[in-house]
Amino acid sequence: MIENQTKQPVRELTSSEKWFVGWHVIFAVAALSIGIQYGPMQALEHAGLDLYPKLSFLASSYYQGLTLHGVLNALIWTTFFITGFLTLVVIRGLERPLKYPWLNRIGFWMMVVGLVVAAVPILAGKATVLYTFYPPMEASAWFYIGLVLVVVGSWIEGYGMYFTFYSWRKENPGTRSPFVVFASLVTMVMWQIATLGIAAEILAIILPSVFGWTSGTDPQLSRTLFWYTGHPLVYFWVLPAYLSWYAMLPKQTGGKMFSDSLARLSFWLFLVLSVPLGFHHQFADPGVPAGWKFIHALLTFSVAFPSMMTLFTVVASLEYGAKKRGGKGLIGWMKALPWSDPSVLWQLLAGLLFIFGGIGGIVNASYNVNLALHNTSWIPGHFHLTVASAATMTFVAISFWMVPYLTGKPLWKPKLAVIGGWTYFTGMLIFSNAMHVVGLLGAPRRTPLGLAPYIPEEWAGHLWRVGFGGTIMWIGLMIFIVVVAVTALQRKRLPENELVEVPLAESLHDLQSTPAWLDRWRPWLIASVVIIILSYGPQLYEQITQVQLTSPGFTP
Amino acid sequence: MSDQAPKSDEPLDDDPQDDAKQHIHIDPYEKNWIRISIGFLVFFVIMITIAGLALGIQVPTDEGRVDPNTLDTALPWSEPGLREIVPGEEYEVYIVARRFSFDPREITVPVGSKVTFWATSADVQHGFALDGTNVNMMVIPGQVSRLAATFDEPGEYNFICHEYCGLGHAVMYGTLTVEK
Repeated sequence: MIENQTKQPVRELTSSEKWFVGWHVIFAVAALSIGIQYGPMQALEHAGLDLYPKLSFLASSYYQGLTLHGVLNALIWTTFFITGFLTLVVIRGLERPLKYPWLNRIGFWMMVVGLVVAAVPILAGKATVLYTFYPPMEASAWFYIGLVLVVVGSWIEGYGMYFTFYSWRKENPGTRSPFVVFASLVTMVMWQIATLGIAAEILAIILPSVFGWTSGTDPQLSRTLFWYTGHPLVYFWVLPAYLSWYAMLPKQTGGKMFSDSLARLSFWLFLVLSVPLGFHHQFADPGVPAGWKFIHALLTFSVAFPSMMTLFTVVASLEYGAKKRGGKGLIGWMKALPWSDPSVLWQLLAGLLFIFGGIGGIVNASYNVNLALHNTSWIPGHFHLTVASAATMTFVAISFWMVPYLTGKPLWKPKLAVIGGWTYFTGMLIFSNAMHVVGLLGAPRRTPLGLAPYIPEEWAGHLWRVGFGGTIMWIGLMIFIVVVAVTALQRKRLPENELVEVPLAESLHDLQSTPAWLDRWRPWLIASVVIIILSYGPQLYEQITQVQLTSPGFTP
Repeated sequence: MSDQAPKSDEPLDDDPQDDAKQHIHIDPYEKNWIRISIGFLVFFVIMITIAGLALGIQVPTDEGRVDPNTLDTALPWSEPGLREIVPGEEYEVYIVARRFSFDPREITVPVGSKVTFWATSADVQHGFALDGTNVNMMVIPGQVSRLAATFDEPGEYNFICHEYCGLGHAVMYGTLTVEK
């Protein structure tokens, strides 16, 4: 079967499909290139160098800059890149066009309109509410409308992927779906289940209050709905990176996928367990009973399990490839990995940083231990290891083959891209470590500490490291942006026989040996909904039936 | 480990019709890793349970609601401040968070006393974290927050607002003084 596949020419993306994916990448990288400008400003502010008065054209306040940094990097860069990347994966994985390309186009341009509609009030200083926009703090209505359009647009792109998969499934009833396509669909389905919370928060609570139809909001219920979405949002960022680590990185390092079955099992577990654990962001909330918080702590531990499986499977795949390349020894095989390939390097470093991110995540989830770090700078220190390392560094790595694939042009200065990876990694180690440590000492997050009157002397060294590390990180990502922009804009083209391929690793085992129950949707979807109802139903029922819309809005 | 890998190249049960026979192939090393992973997680659960039950380190829980528009007119919030329950031993303090200060901003208690902090917000969401203790909670309009701590060391302890509450957020804090 594998021989058959290699003989037939692969159906690559057509030119218009490449453009469609390419537009996602253009908007994603544009958002990132603006969003990261605020990073060193925040970090240097902590270190005592306040650039805001000098760069007032970028942001009128620390908080406006922080809102832009969070929205553009964590929401826009991720969502646009992920929907584009998964579209490419579905088309290439199934080797067929989208069933309804117009549907995906509607979804995409809805996201673009949403981005503009949300960005204008933020830039005008009418939505300085940070990317959590906790009511009763109130932004311009357009900010929320824009966010809703981005989310609904991403849903529609997901529907387009389902229709495409469904028509493939009808033609290939007994065949296992390709892992990468399966993983893309799990990511989109999980995202659609998860974003129901934020949709309900904005449409049922915030917008009616902003329009003056109600007397105010219920801030506690809003938080509960927000964090129903807020934590699975993290998995929406990380699952596409897992897809790449499981099924693409092995190909790039000369190996095979170690276990198709276990990769699928872990994705199913992420579908079932990503959503029902949002209270672990609310351990310090007054309006949620401690018992429910404890239950969600246990569920959070359970979702750590598929991540630990991922760690094993990915490392095993890497070792298999490295030993085939001549690597030897218990640890020494790592030297045989292609560290000089920028796409491999950024992913390996992403994975290394994510080990620390995972350990920190278990600490965060640990119920009463959370009291030592809730809302301290430990938290941004932590999620810069997840969204800004595991996800962002992997998306950067994907761009290093995807942009040449989409444009037919060679990657500009791969060595510089490698240097960029080490630079960002080094900056992140310094920055995130300092943020964790000063957080444990009590430094609050989301606060311009240079202005705060309560800073003890012992924080100073750590705050200096925050500024230093943050600046180095900025250099690393600026290198990425320059490399990828020059790659796309240069005139040089790859010769026909050197065109870049989509790296899809073969499974070590025959694909059909993956058990059929790992390729069936219904039982897993039912399990997902049942666990959500059990873990959220009683509290949501109580908070909704006792809703009190008594908090009028306040502008920041 | 990869010495094992070529062996596992053999196709397993390859009959997709018969699901009962369809088992996942799991590498022996991976089985051990799964055991270790589960062991770790179970150990952590035991530790946080001990910390919660035996050491009494508890997170905030549901304490009922309050209308944020009536804080000025209804007790206890209309009279924020310290209440002496047992002189020298047990105190309660009612704190109203308002942009951008706590009411009261200064609290003084004798060393060795147990202090229960009750807090709510008159406007937007705030935070309340007390240096060097496990008192760390959200202060949300419409909700009542409560946590307690015992102070065996004299000194000054800052309580800091740790949730963005508006442009003056960075200056919002207060001080608890523990006297000999």
